Amino acid sequence: MNIEPIVFYLFSTILVLASVAVVTVRNSVFAALFLVLAFFTCAALWILLEAEFLSLVLVLVYVGAVMVLFLFVVMMLDINDTLLREGFTKYLIPGGLVAIVIIVEMAIVVGPENFGLDKFADPVARAADYSNTKELGMLLYTDYVYPFELAAVLLLVAIIAAISLTMRRRPETKYQDPAKQILVRREDRVRVVKMESEKIKE
Amino acid sequence: MNLKHYIKSFLLWELVLGLKLTGKYLFAKKITVQYPEEKTPQSHRFRGLHAQRRYDNGEERCIACKLCEAVCPALAITIESEQRDDGSRRTTQYDIDLFKCIYCGFCEESCPVDAIVETRHFEYIFENREDSIMTKAKLLEVGDRFESQIAADREKDAPYR
Amino acid sequence: MIELLQTTWNEVPLALQIILKIIVIVVPIMLSVAYLTLAERKVIGYIQVRIGPNRVGPRGLLQPIADGLKLALKEVIIPNNSNHYLFLLGPLLTLAPALVAWAVIPFDEGVVLTDLNAGLLYALAIMSLGVYGILISGWASNSKYALISAVRMGAQMVSYGIAMGFALVGVVLAAGSLNLQEIVLAQEGSFIHWFWLPLAPLFLVYFISGVAETNRAPFDVAEGESEIVAGFHVEYSGMAFALFFLAEYANMILISVLTAVMFLGGWLSPFQGIPGLEYLFSWVPGIVWLLAKTALLLFFFLWFRATFPRYRYDQLMRLGWKVFIPVTIVWLLVTGLAVMVHLGPWFD
Repeated sequence: MNIEPIVFYLFSTILVLASVAVVTVRNSVFAALFLVLAFFTCAALWILLEAEFLSLVLVLVYVGAVMVLFLFVVMMLDINDTLLREGFTKYLIPGGLVAIVIIVEMAIVVGPENFGLDKFADPVARAADYSNTKELGMLLYTDYVYPFELAAVLLLVAIIAAISLTMRRRPETKYQDPAKQILVRREDRVRVVKMESEKIKE
Repeated sequence: MNLKHYIKSFLLWELVLGLKLTGKYLFAKKITVQYPEEKTPQSHRFRGLHAQRRYDNGEERCIACKLCEAVCPALAITIESEQRDDGSRRTTQYDIDLFKCIYCGFCEESCPVDAIVETRHFEYIFENREDSIMTKAKLLEVGDRFESQIAADREKDAPYR
Repeated sequence: MIELLQTTWNEVPLALQIILKIIVIVVPIMLSVAYLTLAERKVIGYIQVRIGPNRVGPRGLLQPIADGLKLALKEVIIPNNSNHYLFLLGPLLTLAPALVAWAVIPFDEGVVLTDLNAGLLYALAIMSLGVYGILISGWASNSKYALISAVRMGAQMVSYGIAMGFALVGVVLAAGSLNLQEIVLAQEGSFIHWFWLPLAPLFLVYFISGVAETNRAPFDVAEGESEIVAGFHVEYSGMAFALFFLAEYANMILISVLTAVMFLGGWLSPFQGIPGLEYLFSWVPGIVWLLAKTALLLFFFLWFRATFPRYRYDQLMRLGWKVFIPVTIVWLLVTGLAVMVHLGPWFD
């Protein structure tokens, strides 16, 4: 009995249902959690494709870090969902138009004529010691080293931009500097004074 | 803010010192007292459960002077008295509410005839709320039970009174 | 006899074989979690000049069983206005990653459930999932203490996860592989060949981040009983609470085993290659060495808890971002250079 199709259909069903739930569920925390589930099942599907490096990095980066910060923000929101439903009819027509345009565009780019068993060769079954981490590294640092470094620079710019946007010091705010606080030694604060004990005069 | 400070910080020197101290105590002699089997030493002035004493001939000491009722800071003592057939004044009711009592020992100090005393007994329980009231009968019974120890403790404390 | 066992084992269907293997791994973990709680109370008691629990069973040895029984018999209270599904899902999501990550831990040469090529990444990815249980339960409890704790925990896990990941990049660089078995084999030789020596700063950063990641003292700001009563598990009782407890200790054991595998030579004997001693200890099976190293690291967890006061939250963040990450990046460069010049005796 081949277990692979069962695993594939199980996970792809979960993936599709979770993705639908992301956009239909009212509660934004639930939506974020369904997105986590979608990422996770997606990673499981990639494992089936023997792309273990990419799938684990998907879990590590998106599930383990990005979505945590996402949930972080969403959990703090106090959203009244009756207010959210109010503008539904107002935004229906422009929203629907945008959706149709996107669907048409996607159909042109990723339409059925680009996919199919006749377009792609069967994936080559690899030996057990085949490491796609190594292959990926080889490709990234040889053929694609230029775009790779460009992406790195782009990210660096984004980091610096984010920091410089949030780093503003208002002069009137008081704040603590832990770096200075832990630098303090006993000698800076305490002075041990030695004194002669005075005799009480009669 | 010098090199020595940096070296110390990165070697986690202060953390090592802390760990050394706690590590030393790991092997120190333990001071736990295994309570029901072992007990800490008790002073003869220990203030535990109350008792009423009797004279050697079996007559109760209490003369219903109500000094203890007056001195009690927690208002835990209630006394009613009446003349007995032989003409002496005795209590008809002598209640101590153990929930109110703060075990200060003032009642014992104020008593002119050493009638109300606090024993060294402290391991008592009650299962019903009303049992917290020590009636005269119960106090006398406690006194009878611990008389030898009570007498010995008073004897020992006599030089300081 | 052994051949008979071998043939009967091969007769068993594959799915059942895997399930049996999982049971063989999970049951001892659960038992060690139970007894780790006892060890913790004993060690902390001894450091505080007490003797710790000693009433249930001889020397208190049945205490964990009594505790477990008590928690199992207690009622699981679900607060009003809480989110019931997520409230019950939270503890499960906390415990599951702590157990799932064991799939790639090599106990001896070839003794591993799944010999995954990217085993290290797998362990790291699964451990980063542990935060969800806490986030979810903190939010679903509908309590301000739990929510504050969930937010703290989320920020802490993300910050220290980065330092932890960087420290592991150093290990990968030194071993030249993501496979945990190959990482152990790359440390062959006596105890000076293990990675704790050339990667000493990374070893410290990893272990300290591990303490932070498992939410243990002195990094237990998410629990912070003196500030936010008990944090994310303030509303939990009975078995739901017990699951959080199990998860915390299972995570401690996991971090210790991973540290032992990556920095202390896993199942390798510390006397390998030392004449005399190597022969003297050659009868000791590899798994005993691994367990001994794990136990040593676990003792450090308990020792830390008995020694250090809790970090202030801003200092905790400062340590993670401004100390650990720069230290790991600098040491990554050093390791890279050492590997390039084949610095002996580790990288030749």
